[in-house]
Amino acid sequence: MKPAAFDYVRAESVDEALAVLREEGSDARILAGGMSFMAMLNMRLARPKVLVDIMRVAPLARMEEEKGALKIGAGVRQARLLAADGLDHAAPLLAKALPFTGHAQTRSRGTVCGSIAHADPSAELPLCLVTLKGHVHLKTAKTSRKVAADDFFTGMMATAKADDEMIEAVSFPTPKGEGTAFREIARRHGDFAIVACAALVSGTGIRLGVGGVADMPVARDFPLLDGSALDDALNALAWELDARDDVHASARYRRELVRRIGRATIEEARRCRA
Amino acid sequence: MPRLSAAARHTVRFTLNGRPVAGQAAPRTLLSDFLRHEIGATGTHVGCEHGVCGACTVDVDGMLTRACMTLAVQVEGATIRTVEGLAPAPDRLSVLQAAFRRHHALQCGFCTAGILMSLDVFLKAEPDPSEDAVRDLLSGHLCRCTGYTPIVRAALEAAAELRDAQGESAHA
Ligand SMILES: Cc1cc2nc3c(=O)[nH]c(=O)nc-3n(C[C@@H](O)[C@H](O)[C@H](O)COP(=O)(O)OP(=O)(O)OC[C@H]3O[C@@H](n4cnc5c(N)ncnc54)[C@H](O)[C@@H]3O)c2cc1C
Ligand code: FES
Ligand code: FES
Repeated sequence: MKPAAFDYVRAESVDEALAVLREEGSDARILAGGMSFMAMLNMRLARPKVLVDIMRVAPLARMEEEKGALKIGAGVRQARLLAADGLDHAAPLLAKALPFTGHAQTRSRGTVCGSIAHADPSAELPLCLVTLKGHVHLKTAKTSRKVAADDFFTGMMATAKADDEMIEAVSFPTPKGEGTAFREIARRHGDFAIVACAALVSGTGIRLGVGGVADMPVARDFPLLDGSALDDALNALAWELDARDDVHASARYRRELVRRIGRATIEEARRCRA
Repeated sequence: MPRLSAAARHTVRFTLNGRPVAGQAAPRTLLSDFLRHEIGATGTHVGCEHGVCGACTVDVDGMLTRACMTLAVQVEGATIRTVEGLAPAPDRLSVLQAAFRRHHALQCGFCTAGILMSLDVFLKAEPDPSEDAVRDLLSGHLCRCTGYTPIVRAALEAAAELRDAQGESAHA
């Protein structure tokens, strides 16, 4: 299992990286932490002509609070975010979800934006971005745009990013006063989730995000339901997500997890708020 | 902006276990293959080549790194540590290695180089870890022989021994 041949560009600035994407289009791919992409190269599921390594572009390693959100540049590795001072206060959902993203040995290299770009339906960070109504900052050699998380993820490992665009940063809103919780079921800790749930509870409503079931993470808003009304709402959501059967779990098991883990996550977020 | 052509081999230089090394790599050459075939440092093992088993784990600039998921050309100028760098002398084991031996934390040894590197980096950051934290770290490795329990015991005992040694040197 060795990659097919490619040219390697060590970009020294964002402009250099974008110039290569502009010239080579779909033949060029960004290389960030490599924790998903190198596996695809080794298995020859991807055969780009040029790889553009962005990890030496210093300005991309920025992480800053900006207008009620945590803006994380494309060079920020998952381990750095997890170790950030005060993360559990500033962005409690991320602090709870990140330990489930792979292992210490993959978080050390893998980036936050790379996980968003990869758009695995079971991945934790895309789920958090959708649940928190975050944004993706996209850039080409000529234009910049900001896309809402819901519009960014378009299908199984498919996104609204064009071939000549790169993710420059992603913004995770940091609302105050909400209860948060994150839970997931996987065969082993660090494996991709069979079902993952993220919940936000405010004084007026509940927002539940579900990963691992539909082709992309999906979040829904509910009023402050309780008891059987909450069960009914979760049951409706479980069917709406159109779960798949695969080698890891049956669709029926996934629906049951949405009902049970969804409820447990919401209850934990409520207790967290109280 | 360096662009390294697919058709050529390029010089890659880095520091390996305290010594400067250099070799030739095509852009697609994996760090694991570069270490083993170009440098001749065969202590780092290769299992799955897609990031799952952890056998190839090395320390690149203080970051635990899957050498099979890293290109040799990416580590130009880096400081790399591999299992060959753990023992203080050719005839002596490190505290962690000695604990592995005492506890039978290896059988075939295929996974061992990667696990030792993970624990070596981890124990520097967390000198007094809980058993849960050690098990969480080990989730990034597959061992088909030991059942992990001896590895956990060895790690906790090595951590205690390293703390004692630290305490003594602080009081000396
Ligand atoms: C054993 C193992 C277990 C894992 N478990 C989990 C898990 O439980 N949950 C989880 O979410 N992930 C998991 N992962 C994947 C995670 O570790 C990756 O870090 C992440 O999916 C991709 O981030 P990266 O920086 O490594 O990106 P890369 O692998 O470098 O890139 C991934 C893709 O995104 C593109 N890309 C990257 N950055 C940008 C950018 N800035 N702009 C445009 N395109 C970009 C690349 O071209 C590529 O297509 C696991 C990986 C391994 C090896
Ligand atoms: S050989 Fe690198 S993780 Fe298995
Ligand atoms: S000792 Fe054989 S795989 Fe771990």
